[in-house]
Amino acid sequence: MPEQASKFALEVDLFYIALWLMTIGVTIGIVIAIFVFMVKYKRRHNGEIPEQIEGAMVLEITWSVIPLIICIGIFAWGAKIYYQMYSEPKESLEIFVTGKQWMWRAQHPDGQREINTLHVPVGRRVKLTMTSEDVLHAYFIPAFRTKTDVVPGRYTTTWFEATKPGTYHIFCAEYCGTQHSGMIGTVTAMEPGEYQAWLGGGTNEPPAIVGERLFSSLACNTCHTADGKGRGPKLTELYGKQAKLNNGSSVTFDDTYIRESILDPAAKVVENYQVIMPSFRGQISEEQIGQVIAYLKSIGPKDGDAAAKPAATAAAKPAAAKPAPAATK
Amino acid sequence: MATEVMAQAEESRTNYLTNGHTVKSWLLTLDHKRIGLLYLFSISIFFAIGGIYAALIRLELITPQGDLMTAETYNRVFTMHGVMMIFFFLIPSIPATLGNFLLPLMLGTKDVAFPRLNLLSWYVFMVGAILMLITIMSGGVDTGWTFYPPYSSIYSNSQVTLAGVSIFITGFSSILTGLNFMVTIHTMRAPGLTWFRLPLFVWAHYATSLIQVLGTPVVAITVLALAFERTLQIGIFDPKLGGDPVLFQHMFWFYSHPAVYIMIIPSMGVISELIANMTRKKVFGYHFVAFSSLAIAVFGFLVWGHHMFTSSQSMYAGMVFSLITYAVAIPSAIKTFNWTATIFKGSVSYDTPMIYALAFIGLFTIGGMTGLFLAALGLDVHLHDTYFVVAHFHYVMVGGAIIGYLGGLHFWWPKMTGRMYPEVWGRISAAIVFLGFNLTFFPQFIVGYLGMPRRYHAYVPEYQVWHILSTAGASLLAIGFIMPVVYLAWSLKYGEKAGDNPWMAAGLEWETSSPPPTENFTYQPVINHDAYEFENVKEIKEAAAKEAALQTA
Amino acid sequence: MSDHAAHVPGLAHHFVNMEQQKEAGTIGMWLFLLTEIMFFGGLFLAYTIYRAKYPDGFLQGSHLLSVPLGGLNTVVLIVSSLTMAMAVYYSQLGERKKLLGFLTLTLILGSVFLVVKYFEYAEKFQHHLFPAHWMYNPAADHPPTQYHGQVQVFLWIYFMMTGLHALHMIIGIGLLLVIMYMAHKGKFSKEYNSPVELFGLYWHFVDIVWIFLFPLLYLTGYHVGGGH
Repeated sequence: MPEQASKFALEVDLFYIALWLMTIGVTIGIVIAIFVFMVKYKRRHNGEIPEQIEGAMVLEITWSVIPLIICIGIFAWGAKIYYQMYSEPKESLEIFVTGKQWMWRAQHPDGQREINTLHVPVGRRVKLTMTSEDVLHAYFIPAFRTKTDVVPGRYTTTWFEATKPGTYHIFCAEYCGTQHSGMIGTVTAMEPGEYQAWLGGGTNEPPAIVGERLFSSLACNTCHTADGKGRGPKLTELYGKQAKLNNGSSVTFDDTYIRESILDPAAKVVENYQVIMPSFRGQISEEQIGQVIAYLKSIGPKDGDAAAKPAATAAAKPAAAKPAPAATK
Repeated sequence: MATEVMAQAEESRTNYLTNGHTVKSWLLTLDHKRIGLLYLFSISIFFAIGGIYAALIRLELITPQGDLMTAETYNRVFTMHGVMMIFFFLIPSIPATLGNFLLPLMLGTKDVAFPRLNLLSWYVFMVGAILMLITIMSGGVDTGWTFYPPYSSIYSNSQVTLAGVSIFITGFSSILTGLNFMVTIHTMRAPGLTWFRLPLFVWAHYATSLIQVLGTPVVAITVLALAFERTLQIGIFDPKLGGDPVLFQHMFWFYSHPAVYIMIIPSMGVISELIANMTRKKVFGYHFVAFSSLAIAVFGFLVWGHHMFTSSQSMYAGMVFSLITYAVAIPSAIKTFNWTATIFKGSVSYDTPMIYALAFIGLFTIGGMTGLFLAALGLDVHLHDTYFVVAHFHYVMVGGAIIGYLGGLHFWWPKMTGRMYPEVWGRISAAIVFLGFNLTFFPQFIVGYLGMPRRYHAYVPEYQVWHILSTAGASLLAIGFIMPVVYLAWSLKYGEKAGDNPWMAAGLEWETSSPPPTENFTYQPVINHDAYEFENVKEIKEAAAKEAALQTA
Repeated sequence: MSDHAAHVPGLAHHFVNMEQQKEAGTIGMWLFLLTEIMFFGGLFLAYTIYRAKYPDGFLQGSHLLSVPLGGLNTVVLIVSSLTMAMAVYYSQLGERKKLLGFLTLTLILGSVFLVVKYFEYAEKFQHHLFPAHWMYNPAADHPPTQYHGQVQVFLWIYFMMTGLHALHMIIGIGLLLVIMYMAHKGKFSKEYNSPVELFGLYWHFVDIVWIFLFPLLYLTGYHVGGGH
């Protein structure tokens, strides 16, 4: 067994052991049956024709229905764990991860950045929002039993809750080219206090702050004005809400939509606005998009379901003194 | 009238092997038996090439540092191993060799429905294969046999386009063979040979052909699209150009998952024949075994999404695919139980084909049941793309498909060549294959669960012990595979003459001479009984009479 | 033995009789068409997905295609299906002259289709509308659109689907020439005409594919956009 260091680990291991017990049981049963039959019914002489048995309906039904029931049970067990793994956690520390041939970049909500390492606090849900700059990758932490493909052109998410401090492997599990086997790193699970200390060690600004600066340096704010009278829609207090589009449908103003609109502004245009926004493809990196998203999230609605909650961890940072707190959802 | 009988007697002395000795008589043959041998010869070479690649992989992985070859070379090596083994060995293995040779014999007809098309299939196959050899010589491919874009379409610096064209062409060979078999089974059965009198080998090939005909065109168009994206740089799958990389995965697995059933179902057909004939018993639950092949083929088309549980497809799609995947488990379980029940109260022979058949049951049980692990959503998240997957599909592909192929080859070798292989060597090599196989691949289940991802050139040192075990097993396995090549070749010249029915087996193919005449039968067979009716086997009757005479004397 | 069968003209030696041979041919052709459906099916799937993803790009892309030319080709192919059906009919009656006549008509219509297609393609190349990256430049001749990338996706689907279809037409015309040669040599009779019939199936299939392609590719703009 690999080390058990997350909430999922024990559940997955139990499931795994149960399936092996079943597999070994069935295999041994069949092998014993075969051996017994082989010895007992060994061909005695060349001219013999054994009594013929056509088959037995009762047996056929038995060995179809019992495996079917067992299989449905396995399915349900597996689906239950999967559902937990891929349901969005309610409140979590959100870390932005980009994969690139052949390294993993991570940015914490407080701005701390790291390459090929990941520091997370124990006992807290950590959600990774991931995308790739080039080809397919997969973020795999065996000790946590989690793995999710990292796909260029879209965001994928995964979450875990580390239970045991320590250092564990990160592997890229989706083949991504020459140095695929070198795209590995370590995840360090630390006690919350240590994690705070570690965060304090850097001099980075929170992504929301960087995003705010990008928002003006890329001149987004000239159209997306705060008073809603600009040539583009007002983006404050919008994150997580529905936006109506010019073709009648509507879309949630979330990470995926923001990313798409930056790179391909014409794809989904908000009602009553013209397609005049240029594409920022090539001018902005995936990481910067993540920062702009963090900024838009930080100026999102302050209350209600989709509200961004001020990060507890942000208190330790000087940046938290700023009016727009580093948002973590 | 008398002259006709004489002519027929004359004809029966020349068999399909002696009917023309020139190279041309082989390369332009329309005889399904000769075409089967052409395939046998070609795929053996491709198996050897794939095997050499496998050996290189195992050698590299003895040490964790990746010091035998560069990462670039290693990536090409494992890709070419997969490509050679899957497209040029496993898919054609049983259908194109044993299937080609046996189907018309089992159906009591002179040839397949379209003999010219059959020969064309072999040529198409060879064109594809030669293109792949050219690909190898010009550097090979480093994308993995799955060719996932955008790596394959934009980033890779290897011969992806050429390999894609090669697979596209080879696919047509597979389609044409499947089409030919389906038509043959539909229209060419001997008088009285109804569907439920067919040997299970034929049922298995029918199911396989269905997949070949329906699935292969989809992968053909997919690799074609990939080749276009690569050469023209249009956004089919690359998100930077507006494409969707996950679409490729859907289209690829829509074929490539059923394709694993192209590899395993014929093997199941072989096992049904071996067990029935080696125990002299009707296959228990004939109808269930027959229909389970079809069920696997049909369900096989609905489960491709289980390769993508972690790929960001929707959670509910994942659940549907998982559930349907379990539906495939049921017909596989039915087959396994029925085979075991067939041995019950049989007259069990210990000859090599039976040893392979029993090995198949054991290994396929493990291979199939570890499939249940991977179909289980929450567990697959951890297991996906690790060595656990590698171990699982090698248990099914090697422990299933190749073991079945070897068992079938030994069983029908006397029919194909007229000579027996040396039985003792056969049993020894079967035992070595079984042991070597388990030693190679069982450790991979363990190292996979520990977290070792597949397609890793270098790995973390704590996994080394399992890789050493695996490599040790692989060397044993290599010996087990080389031995049959040697003694089968030896037997061509020095093997004991086989006689028409050395196994005292039931089946039309054993009623004609060994090797069969060019037109298979010197008479038109008429069938008036079910498959596996051993009281009709002349040789058993004779043996029984002899034994009775000895008893009274 | 069924040696007597060898005397029937057109019967291959490994078949017992004419019915068996005909049945084999028919089932074989239908299976082949099934393969073809799956082959095109992959592209229809891609079409469906990308159209849902990029409705506006498909709308714009569709407007780049010439409905009159596409419509003309649709009519041409439908008529050619009719002439092909007539050819099959006369082959069954064993009327060689009429068979040859209708085969020739089919050949002419098939060629007309390809010529029209050639002009359509040539126009696209002239306007830099071939989606390969080194050539694609819609702004050069057409009013600029915000949907360049999306239109490019539409265009590769257009070129791949119609290109594959045109390839099938070219193969069809090649086969048609063989059938005409056989008919000219008097190979077909009331008893033996299955090659004509089987080729007819193929020809109809290729027509039907076009019947799907035309509205999906050319007329999209007249649906999604609510009429333009």
